[in-house]
Amino acid sequence: MFEQILFVLLTIITLGSAIVVVTHRNLFHAALALMVSFAGVAGFYITLDAGFLAAAQLLVYIGAISILIIFAIMMTRRLMQATEQPFNSQRGLSIVGALASLVIMALVIAQYWPIAPNSEVPMASKTILEDAILQGSVAELGRSFVNVDAFVVPFELASVLLLAALVGAILVAWPKTEDQT
Amino acid sequence: MSLTDLLYQIFGNQPWVDLIASVISIFTISTFLLLIVIFLIWLERKVIARMQDRIGPNRVGGRYGALQTVADVLKLLTKEQITPSGADYLIYNVAPILTVMAALLVWAVMPFAPGLIGVDLNVGIFYILSVSSVSVVTVLLAGWGSNNKYALLGGFRAVAQLVSYEVPMILALLVPIILARTMSTVGIIEAQSIPYLFMVPLAAVIFFISALAETGRTPFDLLEADSEIVAGFHIEYSGMKFGMFFLAEFIGTLFMSGLFAVVFMGGWNVPIINLILTFFGAQPVNFAEMGVLGTIIGLGVFFFKMFFVYMIFIWIRGTWPRVRVDQILNFNWKLLVPITLVMILVVAVLDKLIPPGTNELVRASLHLASNILIVFVTLEILRRNGRRRRMQAVQAGTELEEIETGAHDIAEAAHAH
Repeated sequence: MFEQILFVLLTIITLGSAIVVVTHRNLFHAALALMVSFAGVAGFYITLDAGFLAAAQLLVYIGAISILIIFAIMMTRRLMQATEQPFNSQRGLSIVGALASLVIMALVIAQYWPIAPNSEVPMASKTILEDAILQGSVAELGRSFVNVDAFVVPFELASVLLLAALVGAILVAWPKTEDQT
Repeated sequence: MSLTDLLYQIFGNQPWVDLIASVISIFTISTFLLLIVIFLIWLERKVIARMQDRIGPNRVGGRYGALQTVADVLKLLTKEQITPSGADYLIYNVAPILTVMAALLVWAVMPFAPGLIGVDLNVGIFYILSVSSVSVVTVLLAGWGSNNKYALLGGFRAVAQLVSYEVPMILALLVPIILARTMSTVGIIEAQSIPYLFMVPLAAVIFFISALAETGRTPFDLLEADSEIVAGFHIEYSGMKFGMFFLAEFIGTLFMSGLFAVVFMGGWNVPIINLILTFFGAQPVNFAEMGVLGTIIGLGVFFFKMFFVYMIFIWIRGTWPRVRVDQILNFNWKLLVPITLVMILVVAVLDKLIPPGTNELVRASLHLASNILIVFVTLEILRRNGRRRRMQAVQAGTELEEIETGAHDIAEAAHAH
């Protein structure tokens, strides 16, 4: 009962602030609403007993990405009155994109339907994840990242991607020497 | 026995008992923290006054001015609530509340004594880091919402500092996590049969420095710098809204002291006394098994350690000069971050090489030796670097300061024109 009330509240917060993100004229407010939306998603993770994921969501999305977005807004627009027309002329394209993602989501959910009929069976990932990970053991999660049978390839790919981004950022920011200019 | 068990005994197996227990514990911890700030401010003013050969507050409430802060709080509370014209009403007023909220939330995983902890999360340290990263956002909110360009600039400065020093703080906290094999705060306390302060002193020092910067205290108090820029991001705040930022700063500093005591000094345990006891063949004391008495003694031990670290914070504030903003950022990115990265690598590899079951004293000495080696190599590199730059300065016939601040290049460019 309590969890259901919490779920409804979190849904209202997350979706409501997500709507504010795309409709608000003031870019700074939109960025803040995005933060609230991220925090709502972290709340979902907590209700799902995924504490590590919730903390990571807060740290990465609110502590880093949102700050970056706000900095980007502040550096590129007029600071105090950063208003913007929230709609552009690509309505048709965006409807197609939204519908496509809805269809993909429906397909994924349909594959595992009915989800957790007796709440003993967690949904999709049961087959690949160890029980210990589902119980929130960080050590198990870490081991499965470097386990050849689990997620070592996506993990390494992600780290290579991040490293490439880091090197690229340094290259872009590197001061040009005399002979290059 | 925990509070939840007690309530279950009284009210039976009701579904709302958990909720009531949570509300009670949240209320207790928050009220305690909000009230102890009154004491902390008095302590800080009094101690700094003594360090600077002054008397400090001595009128309100007896000889020692004990009620001075109470009077200050009353003054702040009775002041008019002002929202500057053109300020963003919602953001301007939400920022101070969020700041205090972020400062209070982290205490949920602070282990005061055996059994006295809000919640023992298995991702405790990670939770602390993620919640405290929210406080960066509130600084931006306050700076932007005030409709004041100086507040906004102050906010930028503050965010640059806070985001930068988050990196060495997280990395330095990784070292005790590697050593203890857990992120739970209780687990880290229990794993310390030798305090990590003596095992990896370098990590402790780096954590302490970044904690100073994260809480915005001297020598890194550019966030407010009372004597120079008159309070950066919260310049437009007055009354209790200003008081909230103050409150958050003091709660944050106390929290950093507590975290240092937990992560590097063994929290409620007494590892050094235990070592001596086992050396003489006696049983080591374990407060967790002593019931209510153990809880009370453990609480005392924890508070002693926490306030010991807090006094060092005050000591530094009373004696150190402020450093420049470029020095702060250079010190962070060019010294602290690289040295912490190297240290994590060394500690992780070394701890993997030491076979499990090795005597804890041997393990501690090996880690200590590796730490000393890292410090020695770093100092040697810094020495050579500094020497080379001084020689360059002598050859170019300029002052070192000019090269460091770039004033030399600017002057040369101006000359070329």
